Amino acid sequence: MASVPNLAASFDPATSPDLVKRAELSEIDASTKVPALFFLGSAVLWLLVGTAFALISSFKLHTPNYFGDIEWLTFGRTRTAHLNAVIYGWSVNAAFAVAFWLMARLSRSVLRHSGLLMIAGAFWNIGVTIGIIGILTGDSTSIEWLEMPPYATPLLFVAYALIGAWALITFRFGKSGHIYVSQWYLLAALFWFPWLYSIAQIMLILEPARGTVQALVNWWFAHNVLGLWFTPIGLAAVYYFLPKVLGKPIHSYYLSILGFWSLALFYNWAGVHHLIGGPVPAWVLSAGIAASFMMAIPVIVTGINHHMTMVGSFSALKYSPTLRFIVFGAVSYTITSLIGSLMADRQVNEVVHFTHFTVAHAHQGMYAFFTMVMFGSIYYILPRILLKEWPSAMLISVHFWTVAVGITVYVVGLSIGGIKQGLEMNNADIPFLSTTAASVVTNTIPYLLSRSLSGVLMTIGHMAFAVNISWMLLRPRAPQATTPTLFQNPPEMEVAR
Amino acid sequence: MNRAPLIFLGIFFTLAFSWTGIILTNQLTYGKLEPIVDQTENKSYPEALPGLAAQGKLVYQDLGCIYCHSQQVRRPGFGADDKRGWGDRQSVARDYIREGRVLLGTMRTGPDLRNIGARQASRDWHMLHLYDPQITSKGSIMAPFPFLFETHKIVGQPSPKAIKLPAPYTAVPGYEVVPTPRAEALVAYLQSLKDSYAYPETRNVFVEPASAGKMEDKQ
Ligand code: HEC
Repeated sequence: MASVPNLAASFDPATSPDLVKRAELSEIDASTKVPALFFLGSAVLWLLVGTAFALISSFKLHTPNYFGDIEWLTFGRTRTAHLNAVIYGWSVNAAFAVAFWLMARLSRSVLRHSGLLMIAGAFWNIGVTIGIIGILTGDSTSIEWLEMPPYATPLLFVAYALIGAWALITFRFGKSGHIYVSQWYLLAALFWFPWLYSIAQIMLILEPARGTVQALVNWWFAHNVLGLWFTPIGLAAVYYFLPKVLGKPIHSYYLSILGFWSLALFYNWAGVHHLIGGPVPAWVLSAGIAASFMMAIPVIVTGINHHMTMVGSFSALKYSPTLRFIVFGAVSYTITSLIGSLMADRQVNEVVHFTHFTVAHAHQGMYAFFTMVMFGSIYYILPRILLKEWPSAMLISVHFWTVAVGITVYVVGLSIGGIKQGLEMNNADIPFLSTTAASVVTNTIPYLLSRSLSGVLMTIGHMAFAVNISWMLLRPRAPQATTPTLFQNPPEMEVAR
Repeated sequence: MNRAPLIFLGIFFTLAFSWTGIILTNQLTYGKLEPIVDQTENKSYPEALPGLAAQGKLVYQDLGCIYCHSQQVRRPGFGADDKRGWGDRQSVARDYIREGRVLLGTMRTGPDLRNIGARQASRDWHMLHLYDPQITSKGSIMAPFPFLFETHKIVGQPSPKAIKLPAPYTAVPGYEVVPTPRAEALVAYLQSLKDSYAYPETRNVFVEPASAGKMEDKQ
């Protein structure tokens, strides 16, 4: 097997053949240490907060009187606190950290002005904290994905402006002439997000548009946050780590470019499919539906590219935690995006719109794809900036299996429950609620229970992750370079040592 | 060759394209939609929310009712909104033009509420339902909102506003459960929700009102 030495080398930075490059990389990694740790630390704390609110909300949906008389824990607020904590707290912080680290590595330059990033990080996290407290105390705007009250959002703007300035500087000072596809995605994401966010803030909160134009702005924003911010950053990470860990180049440069431009072109029209059947002009809906179908192109192209890169290396999944999480994420990206295109079909939409199916779909995108990719990236990045290894392979294993099984149960359960709910809701002979006969509401309860079960599993996984990180931070650095923590050592590495 | 500027232009134009198409075009074409003045009634439709109902809408927003209730009726034949009695006609853009915040919603864990004021006008029903949905709708998974009510000791005459709780929910003897101003406002908002006016653009999508009693077996 020709790839054997490569594979071993890429798992283990200390055995990299190219020592000069290695030294340069560790200098770059070291320069990212403080800001990356700050953002990743905040991300993981938010993940725990978001998970707690997720569990409470999930229980409340099948057992509504659980904490029923505490106002700040009413479903409408805990569910919203959950969303904002995992999106703006966990996901955005993690995305920032991974994006900086990748930017620095890919432009082959040490990270400058990290002070700027730290100030931005402080603003961002204070903003999110104030926003979530605002939601819990009753100041939510009730605009989906933009619930944070207007006294919190300016802090987020300041944070973002600083990060944008920093990104421009770094991009300019990059040494590497070639622009790798991951950088395309990062650059685009960093540019798209503030545009989306500021238009949404202006047209929905500062100077609200009239009538259902608001709904168009809302879904143009909310869907594009997924497609033009989280997706590009997730894909940038996949495009970087997949070849990096496997020690071989990505399958096709051409396909990665095609994937990028088709995503850029089609995704941003797709969001209005959230309004199918709603009081907005029919032509926008048709355009949105068409764009959603066209999304199959970037998704299939990217899927083929990732899959073909993996071909021949599947055994590496046995060893590398990073790879396992990243591959789970990449596969989920393909599946969830294709389902997303299907959901824009009018006939399908008639059934699944307004049901738990959409909730399952959102979690497949944000969790099974994005969050899993972030976990994988963190497993790679942290040892390199801390110069320490993960203390426990067992905890990594617990993390992987609980969240992998958890999110699968979640998505499968709520998808089936959602389709059933939709079919029954569209059949007026079935009562909406009844205790004597089968009804739409009571028939969803078993699926809501399965969601709580999966939530418990994922909570265990997140705790294992957090414990492993804290342990890693606290333990002293080994005097000698150590072997990387893998699920099991590949046979060839045993030989190499 | 430095291709960064080229990539950047592409990135800019792709989003500019949808921004122009979805946001700008619609803002220009129907962002100025006006109410319709009905000469016979000498009123303009849609009507503005009465003051108390407008306050109630804020309560609806802060408690997150939108995460379980939509406010948009789909056309007859697309879903069963009409047959379930959620509205006699499809919702149209003009219905929403007076609303500072449009709360279409994307979830129907509970029924659509766009016309709840037409189908359930009773203040007492809404109060009991909000206090604990199990009272009126056994088996519901709707959140209870007991914190919108206060339990008082009865001094002198019982309050006329107090809600009449059935057993086993009844307050301790000598006490009564009174809705707070927020509860009153919220119920006023719910009662105000009805799109009954027939705009020119809705006339061709009218249907027979759904037969009563199908919606929920409790009715
Ligand atoms: C957890 C989801 C949930 C939340 C949050 C929720 N509801 Fe409900 N709602 C339901 C369900 C389920 C039903 C149907 C069963 C019933 O009548 O309780 C319902 C029914 C209703 C009905 C009766 C509809 C009809 O057609 O008879 C009204 C009115 C209502 N809700 C108002 C509200 C208001 C106001 C809020 C916010 C203060 C709210 N709901 C929050 C789930 C929810």
